Amino acid sequence: MNRRSLLKGAMGLGAAGAAGFPHIWIKSADMAYAAGGEIKIGILYSLTGTTAIIETSLNHATLMAIDEINAAGGVHGKKLVPVVEDPESDPATFAQKARKLVLSDRCVSVFGSYTSASRKAVLPVFEKYNNLYWYPTLYEGRECSQNVIYTGAVPNQQQKEFVPWLVKNFGKRFYLIGSNYIYPKEENNVCKILLKQLGGEVVGEEYVPLGHSEFSSVIQKFQDTKPNVIFSTVVGDSVVALHRQYKAAGLDPAKMPMASLTTSEEEIAAMGGEFAAGHFTSAPYFMSYDSPENKKFVESYQKRWGADKVTNFVSEPAYFQVHLFAKAAAKLGASDLHPAEIRKAAWGETVQAPEGLVKIDPDNSHTYLWPKIGEAQANGQFKIIEQSKEWVKPLPYWAYEGEVCTPTGMMEKKS
Amino acid sequence: MTDLANQIITGLSIASILLLVSLGLAIIYGVMGVINLAHGDFLMLGAYAVWLMESALGLGFLPCLVMVFFIVGAIGWLVERTLIRHLYGRPLDTILATWGIGIILQQAIRLSAGAQLRYVKMPDYLVNPLHLLGLDISAYRLLIFSVTIVLVAVTYILIFHTSFGIRLRAVMQNAEIARCFGINNARIYSLTFAYGAGLAGLAGALVSPLKSVSPDMGTKYVVDAFLVVVSGGVQSLFGTVASAGIIGELSGGFAYFWNDTLARALLFFLVVVLIRFRPQGIFAMPLRRG
Repeated sequence: MNRRSLLKGAMGLGAAGAAGFPHIWIKSADMAYAAGGEIKIGILYSLTGTTAIIETSLNHATLMAIDEINAAGGVHGKKLVPVVEDPESDPATFAQKARKLVLSDRCVSVFGSYTSASRKAVLPVFEKYNNLYWYPTLYEGRECSQNVIYTGAVPNQQQKEFVPWLVKNFGKRFYLIGSNYIYPKEENNVCKILLKQLGGEVVGEEYVPLGHSEFSSVIQKFQDTKPNVIFSTVVGDSVVALHRQYKAAGLDPAKMPMASLTTSEEEIAAMGGEFAAGHFTSAPYFMSYDSPENKKFVESYQKRWGADKVTNFVSEPAYFQVHLFAKAAAKLGASDLHPAEIRKAAWGETVQAPEGLVKIDPDNSHTYLWPKIGEAQANGQFKIIEQSKEWVKPLPYWAYEGEVCTPTGMMEKKS
Repeated sequence: MTDLANQIITGLSIASILLLVSLGLAIIYGVMGVINLAHGDFLMLGAYAVWLMESALGLGFLPCLVMVFFIVGAIGWLVERTLIRHLYGRPLDTILATWGIGIILQQAIRLSAGAQLRYVKMPDYLVNPLHLLGLDISAYRLLIFSVTIVLVAVTYILIFHTSFGIRLRAVMQNAEIARCFGINNARIYSLTFAYGAGLAGLAGALVSPLKSVSPDMGTKYVVDAFLVVVSGGVQSLFGTVASAGIIGELSGGFAYFWNDTLARALLFFLVVVLIRFRPQGIFAMPLRRG
């Protein structure tokens, strides 16, 4: 092959490419988001690595919601097609896979992330290409991206009723124990503000390394300081180790209960119900919650993924946020299907979720939720002791006076 | 006074777990010079073996322990026969190979048993603490402590008071000369590796009711185990015991006065300083090698 025929061939290929894939060349190619009777959406939960344990359940809940929507006819008669990627619990891989989902697969939205670290890693991708990320996890707040819809609880939704309830029932002396990263520290900031208002006292504050499993020193400090409440934001398998060693050391939940924002049915299944019994968790969702929607959710989840599987307060938002997405997309014409339009359409959108009716707050793209307090039982389920009378507005900057999240980004109020 | 006593007991409890998880590594590393990065994953296999036997076969915890030792030991033997024996005298290659084995084991468990945390039941009679000398002592930690002492004693007798032990020490000192005396080196190596792997499996089984069981649980134990073995001095059983004791008490003390995050950093710092000035470890045996 000489140089001339090579050039000709290349030109021919280029022309064919331009004809075959017009969206590469034409800037306003939004029709591609709903091309060929399909709407592509990205699923970005780790199936391997450290947090695969919980993220697999998020992947499962998401896929189940997609199947439900498709079985009911899809959106505008088009099927939702999930593009599943495994970011391997690694923030850098999260960013790389997010770029692939947005640019090469042209997904109209991506559902993903469990840890804040992985969310922060993908933010630049979604902001740069003006795509939309749906984040289901309860988190520390203090973020206001215009390219994320947050469907998990923020600190005011988990703590504002919980901490006063604990003070009233157990006492004012709190020991704060958490894993050593941003989420526990921000939650504890909120807890300290609330305790100050209530005249409470922090008798100890401590952070253990992620994945820590030797709690004998920590437990000895509990025994020395004798707090009324152990306020725990320990995460992952450390939760299991902490509960087991607490009981093995002879501490009594009736006198010194652990009050957690992170202990779910998932961790209790791994530690054994007898080690969790008597401790408390505050969350918008528990598997034992009695509602027709939750009954259906739990039944179809166990039917599809195994009778021994549990649902939890992260997999529930992972499930209902797909339905919110579908309702928002259905409001738009097929040709308007674009991430920025979906974000606007999602504001104020509601869905009857397993935990109750939830709504995306048009003010800050977080979600109105139904905080509940559950007491863990020996059978591995929570008994719901308290639940809020009305849905609670999300306030991602609650602990930071003068800062407010608005639809156009974070605003500092001048006082 | 009770505080001090409590603190010493906390330290001993941490130390016994450290010793338990590093004993198998100490033997494999000390005798064969193989840096076994899959040690943590043998531990993980032990935990999963207990989980499987408890949940699928309904066996009690203590009978499981005995079987786990032989099951994981057999897997170790297989790994040595098929892979490790081709790599003796090539430390860098063994590091890579054992690391690879670790990844294979982790993924095999993830694919077969799933990625979620698994539940290993603590025997009912060991859940509640014992009252001894005015102190509350966790019955389960007491069990770990006792089993660790028994295992060290068994290992000591095996190495210093059996004919297998004599052959093993001969191979340790000089493999070539030992072979001239008619010792079957290959057999000694594979049995030792199997014994070390079996100990790792047993350790994994024992810690699983107190901690948690997941496919990647081995990673943190292998770090602890190397810490103990390296600072105690390779090839010294006594060194391993003593360094587990020291590290356990230190990390308990640091964690009590400051916190666990700082305790861990301080501990690593001390070990780095130690191996800078005494690379052979605290209690290295003066040994002539061929």
